[in-house]
Amino acid sequence: MTDTGIGARVVRKEDQRFITGAGNYTDDINLPGQTYAYFLRSPHAHAKLGGIDTKRAEAAPGVLGVFTGADLARDGIGGLICGWMIHSKDGSPMNAGPHPALAQEKVRHVGDHVACVVAETAAQARDAAELIDVDYQELPACVNAADAKSDGAALVHDEIAGNTVYEWEIGDADLTDAAFRDAAHVTRLSIVNNRLIPNAIEPRAAIGCYDAAAGAYTLYTTSQNPHVARLVLSAFIGIAPEHKLRVIAPDVGGGFGSKIFIYAEETVCVWASRHIGRPVKWTGERSESFLADAHGRDHVTQAELALDKAGRITGLRVRTIANMGAYLSTFSSSVPTYLYATLLSGQYNIPAIHASVDAVYTHTAPVDAYRGAGRPEACYVVERLVEAAARELKLDPAELRRRNFITEFPHQTPVIMAYDTGDYGASLDKALELADYAGFAKRKAASEKAGKLRGIGFANYIEACGIAPSAAVGSLGAGVGLWESAEVRVNPTGNIEVLTGSHSHGQGHETTFAQLVSDRFGLPIDQIEIVHGDTDKVQFGMGTYGSRSGPVGMSAIARALDKIEAKAKKIAAHALEASQDDIEIRDGTLSVAGTDKSMAFGEVSLAAYVAHNLPEGMEPGLKETSFYDPANFTFPAGCHICEVEIDPETGVSEIVSWVAVDDFGTIINPNIVEGQVHGGIGQGVGQAMLEACHYDPQSGQLVTGSYMDYCMPRAADLPSYKLAFTTTVCPSNPVGMKGCGEAGAIAAPAAFMNAMTDALGTEDVPMPATPQAVWRTLQGAAPAAAAQ
Amino acid sequence: MYDFTYHKAGSLEQAGKLFKNARDGAFLAGGQTLIATMKLRLASPSDVVDIGGIGDLQGISVAGGAVSIGAGVTHAEVAASKDVRGAIAALADLAGEIGDPHVRHRGTLGGSIANNDPAADYPAACLGLGATIETSAGSHGADDFFVDLFETALDEGEIITRVKFPVPKRAGYAKFPNPASRFALVGVFVAETTGDGARVAVTGAGPGVFRVREMEAALDKDFSPAALSGISVSADNLNSDLHADADYRAHLIGVMAQRAVAAAG
Ligand SMILES: Cc1cc2nc3c(=O)[nH]c(=O)nc-3n(C[C@H](O)[C@H](O)[C@H](O)COP(=O)(O)OP(=O)(O)OC[C@H]3O[C@@H](n4cnc5c(N)ncnc54)[C@H](O)[C@@H]3O)c2cc1C
Repeated sequence: MTDTGIGARVVRKEDQRFITGAGNYTDDINLPGQTYAYFLRSPHAHAKLGGIDTKRAEAAPGVLGVFTGADLARDGIGGLICGWMIHSKDGSPMNAGPHPALAQEKVRHVGDHVACVVAETAAQARDAAELIDVDYQELPACVNAADAKSDGAALVHDEIAGNTVYEWEIGDADLTDAAFRDAAHVTRLSIVNNRLIPNAIEPRAAIGCYDAAAGAYTLYTTSQNPHVARLVLSAFIGIAPEHKLRVIAPDVGGGFGSKIFIYAEETVCVWASRHIGRPVKWTGERSESFLADAHGRDHVTQAELALDKAGRITGLRVRTIANMGAYLSTFSSSVPTYLYATLLSGQYNIPAIHASVDAVYTHTAPVDAYRGAGRPEACYVVERLVEAAARELKLDPAELRRRNFITEFPHQTPVIMAYDTGDYGASLDKALELADYAGFAKRKAASEKAGKLRGIGFANYIEACGIAPSAAVGSLGAGVGLWESAEVRVNPTGNIEVLTGSHSHGQGHETTFAQLVSDRFGLPIDQIEIVHGDTDKVQFGMGTYGSRSGPVGMSAIARALDKIEAKAKKIAAHALEASQDDIEIRDGTLSVAGTDKSMAFGEVSLAAYVAHNLPEGMEPGLKETSFYDPANFTFPAGCHICEVEIDPETGVSEIVSWVAVDDFGTIINPNIVEGQVHGGIGQGVGQAMLEACHYDPQSGQLVTGSYMDYCMPRAADLPSYKLAFTTTVCPSNPVGMKGCGEAGAIAAPAAFMNAMTDALGTEDVPMPATPQAVWRTLQGAAPAAAAQ
Repeated sequence: MYDFTYHKAGSLEQAGKLFKNARDGAFLAGGQTLIATMKLRLASPSDVVDIGGIGDLQGISVAGGAVSIGAGVTHAEVAASKDVRGAIAALADLAGEIGDPHVRHRGTLGGSIANNDPAADYPAACLGLGATIETSAGSHGADDFFVDLFETALDEGEIITRVKFPVPKRAGYAKFPNPASRFALVGVFVAETTGDGARVAVTGAGPGVFRVREMEAALDKDFSPAALSGISVSADNLNSDLHADADYRAHLIGVMAQRAVAAAG
């Protein structure tokens, strides 16, 4: 290992510019002649649009244009799309209601886009928007997913009966029913997975720019996947042909999924720039993020676990209602299906699983992938059930898990996934040791003496990352392939540019990706530049989400590096008059094994470009490309143990210990991986303890529309984590990586809630377990406890 | 934010004049409430009169059994003041628990009590200590100053200049922060005063800060946490929201009052 190679704790290259305020975010970019867009949003959850009178706004100072849905329609601009087709169990395709970028006929959630004003300044645009007269004819709203199908529920899309997007299932229903018939014990839980509002530190932003001379558009935007944005804006929305649209996603300040999707604002900005004839910029305000960025989670689930006399799990039955909001966002349909139910086997050998998922429309903001996307929901169902079953059977929860672990690989689950490798016992053992599990009873007694309630909870999570191969996801309904591309350009002077289709918005790719290259050639890391986020520079890419940049993005780079290495060796062998098999690469030097003959890497690259002395038939240059399509998903897994202490007087809970033992396969940079785990746990604790998106159930108004009411986790809410890794190398990709970006967010809610339910002595604790919720639980529990 | 005219006042008189001449004036202190409200377009003053530069509103002094704090003194200054800590530690602690460092370095005592947010901390200290609010037009006792939700005894154009907090025998403040905003969901300030017996002031729980006489009577007899056990506060008229229903708030008043007494030592 070199000091900047694989496994080294290299300090992040990008942080200097970020922490000194020198980052270049979309809002930092100002183009000559730039104008400003403001979006008028619906104040109602559901209303018919009688008419939109824009005359007064058009006459307001500085106004250059006021656009409505009718203007987009007139230009043939299509609606926003959902790129993953799900079929219901009866074989019918999902019901995708129209999603115009600016509302037509109806508004369907508070914050829905009604009109766009473009003016010389942002303030003028906003002032003018107040002069637009909209005739809203208010209609009743359907807000809660559980009510969406009931008779008389207001319809989100008039033509879609029962607000049903799809009724989907997976697994073998008969086999599962049989398992429950024969079960010695059945554990049942009703579970609500609370809706979350993503809060990237940088709100979304876009600048659309039309170049009349070239007849081409440029869109600067806060995207996790600029090429996918270009593809969707071209092929489906019809803004411009693909070769006439350049999408640049510069520095992006966090995404967590919410910046994967193609939204109304960037669509309208890029389209409007042609009408205005000048660049059009929109920078979202935090309140707009709350109202209209895609939200996450929001499941209502009934789950049952069947066990035999020996405490072995024999079956799992799950019924979930998933709230999709008012429109199907870009990848929303896949989240409660293939990203959720396929993980319901957890780390366990479960012979029979059946899950049915009803996705429904409601008059709320669209719901789509949010850090973990489906997998936190699955982990929450499985791990709550297993923990509850252990309590009911009076078994040690660690022991019950151990009895049911999958120990032989590969393992085919009943829900599509084929786990390739893992060692779940190893991570459990390590976690028990770090958590001092044996000492828990003593700590609990000490807490009791101090008038506190103490609980401990596990989450033995598994997730699937780097979703692939393309043919497989295609057969499941994906509209795109999920490979990744990379191009490695060695310059004549020997420094290297790596162009990747992954996109870094906080993950530290400029460091880890460079480490992969540094490791391969023994080159200093500052000779390596990672280039991403520009469709004019990078050939193509599927972007960053689903913890795919490591296992898929870096694998593509590794493949391109293989080709560079092979060619460099050939050039060196030719120049040094040796066999290419005898060439070794170390510390930036190519040498002939067992001799003192060598060439510096820069001499080889120069030789490649001057081409004075290349092997017969070899083309000049040293630049290679790879399109890497993985053979399988990867399966990071691990064990988190959370310990809480509750003040029963106030309901306040404190996390007193958190252990995370993760198996991410090969680790490139432990600093960055630990950072991802820390952040993931923070986000998961946010969901479990603090964060809840709340709509008024009647009016559909967003009650948690700001930080005054939407509670984000703070540093003081989180403990100092104890982290460790137990590693099984991923066999399906050349780097051996599994991905680490979501693990914390997947494991944390289950671990925390299992600790809370343990402390409180009841499974009936809502998530998030806010102080009020905990206090109320204790009020309810008190008489029951007294009766015992 | 809508357009407005900005004025910087150098003296109280000038501030008064600027305000009088304005069509719809507003005083600006730390701006931690006013600017945010203007940005949300919920307030749209025609003229903003910045009183941040007026010397009369600055300074902390302890004399004659009272701590006198200028209306323009920031929360951070109060929290860090040795004089305040020496005389009324609970007041310094309270100031140190307001908002975040940014808010504490901009927000002022005068702005806080003029605004009279039902979840603000300072009103509890004013009422709990029986403070006197001095203004450009005279003075108000704390018992009469906090009228209702965002409403005070201040007249149009009246400027708070200083607040005089009588030094008590002992005092304590216990705050249960709203998990999201960190304003007081329930905050209880208790004091054993020198002339007026025990005072218990509750913020965050109702439409405005209020006293709990039954607790005060109990503390008059025995200033200890145990003296408060068994006293329950009615949930009627308390606030209910996402974070706490009235009954939970009522319960928390009891818990926080005991903790405040314990903190008073
Ligand atoms: C993120 C955040 C968190 C906060 N957390 C808390 C908290 O935990 N607890 C808490 O108590 N507060 C909290 N606050 C409010 C904070 O304390 C404010 O500073 C305070 O409410 C207003 O003080 P200001 O000096 O900023 O006043 P400004 O915003 O400048 O003015 C507020 C109002 O008071 C008037 N005013 C100001 N000074 C005077 C004066 N001398 N005479 C007459 N009228 C005057 C103004 O005209 C205006 O109407 C928080 C604020 C923010 C932004």
